[in-house]
Amino acid sequence: MHLSKNAPLIEVKNLRKVYQVPGGEVVALDGINLSIEKGQIYGIIGMSGAGKSTLIRCMNRLDTPTDGQILIDGQNILAMNEKQLMITRRKVSMIFQQFNLLMQKTVARNVRYPLEIAGVPKAKANQRVKELLKIVELEDKADAYPIQLSGGQRQRVAIARALASDPEVLLCDEATSALDPMTTQSILALLQDINKRLGITVVLITHEMAVIRQICSRVAILDGGKIAEEGTVDDVFVHTRSAAGKRLFGIVPSQQDDTAIEIPALRIVFDEGKESQPIIAELVRDCGVNVNILSADIKRINGKSYGQMLIETPSDEDTKKQVMAYLTRQGLTVKEVDPV
Amino acid sequence: MNWALIWQGFLETCMMTVCSSVISYLLGMPLGVLLVITRKDGIKPAPTFNAVLGAVINFLRSIPFILLIAMLIPVTRAVMGTAIGTSASVFPLVISATPYIARVVEQSFLEVDGGVIEAAKAMGSTTWQIIWKVLIPESVPSLVTGAAMAVTTILAYTAMVSAVGGGGVGAYAITKGYQRGKKYYDFMYAASAVLVLMVQVIAITGTRLTRRLDHRIR
Repeated sequence: MHLSKNAPLIEVKNLRKVYQVPGGEVVALDGINLSIEKGQIYGIIGMSGAGKSTLIRCMNRLDTPTDGQILIDGQNILAMNEKQLMITRRKVSMIFQQFNLLMQKTVARNVRYPLEIAGVPKAKANQRVKELLKIVELEDKADAYPIQLSGGQRQRVAIARALASDPEVLLCDEATSALDPMTTQSILALLQDINKRLGITVVLITHEMAVIRQICSRVAILDGGKIAEEGTVDDVFVHTRSAAGKRLFGIVPSQQDDTAIEIPALRIVFDEGKESQPIIAELVRDCGVNVNILSADIKRINGKSYGQMLIETPSDEDTKKQVMAYLTRQGLTVKEVDPV
Repeated sequence: MNWALIWQGFLETCMMTVCSSVISYLLGMPLGVLLVITRKDGIKPAPTFNAVLGAVINFLRSIPFILLIAMLIPVTRAVMGTAIGTSASVFPLVISATPYIARVVEQSFLEVDGGVIEAAKAMGSTTWQIIWKVLIPESVPSLVTGAAMAVTTILAYTAMVSAVGGGGVGAYAITKGYQRGKKYYDFMYAASAVLVLMVQVIAITGTRLTRRLDHRIR
């Protein structure tokens, strides 16, 4: 692969997908532009029906877009013929919500499938299967059939299978949505590990905030077939701009809408990843003031706290100044909010 | 009771059923594959072809077997050298069973989870690889169940070839039993019992084999 240093690995340009339905058409994707760099874990989040599944399925042409371009390593996959597409698909693996394993084949045979179709000699393929099963910690299940495995184990088999062809990209189509929270954690950890150790770029779609928060470096919020906002996960979480984003992050309008405040308040924004608890405790101790918390919406991302808190403005002007100065010194953004 | 004739009929029935089943599967299986892959949502969509093939299959299936035998007599003579007798009757049996098997096989393939086929596609499989390594292996248990049904149907049809002088235990039940009057009814019952036993054996084998081959059962 010939990648110049900053060229994105996947580039989506003006992508449109229109479905013809009886009595009209449905625009599933409406002018999507995305740029995914090598080595990223890129999350695409949206409510159901936002078009995220269609988008990721266009990236290996399981769905055919109506218009636009998808460049992988600089090559437009939409202009490829069947044969070129087949070769590209071996470099762009995919895992699914329902795992999609071959139910009549053993775990080892499932993992060997991509090697078989690529014509890898049997002995070499079997060796590789062993290595892959080791990566996903299922060496002891080589001869089991998928039905004998739990959901999490099945997804691990699917991941091993996806890795068999030495892909550059792993597309995850709601890969953890059918799993319980504990299992989701372990699968996410595995994806992160694969990303770090093997340098595989991961693109995942999900409707779960926690998934994005936990492993993604960048995120795009998809809403009604359009990208509502895009950026680093930290940035998008702290400075959520789009309505879709606020809805997804569970930010109730009243918490952000300044007009809904009934008494004078101070808005404290935790955007540097400061711990909220000690800061309020220290404020009480160091300034000797009582703090009345009106509302708080703090989320932990990558072990840091992000979000905002509304506290009642001290009635005394001096105390107010003292509090604001203290919080500013702590590196927090403080803003006065007036009631309606 | 003419046991020798029953034994001879049994062997002829086995011959007709096995030959017809094997040939019909060799023809019907590819047709079933074509029916599935050329569907609008198949892996090689060809809606017009699919519609034409479907219509031909439905046409052949709609002709009652006894009429098909009669209508095919000139063709049978051309293909088999004669239109009469046990061997000749294999031809109409194949013509009748092939479209039926194509549908049975199609149904089995349709049971394969679309997600699995999609995954195979996403891994860069060719159409052939999807057919050989996914579609057929994944539907083996269902194909076996279908085969037991198809063979049973062919077996039942062999009785009708008595119309063109075909042999077999079913044909003898009619020609050497029923048609010779009440005195020979016991022969008819004995010959029929053999048929019933054969069907039971096929059905039980099919069920057991299906269970053994299906890895979706824990």
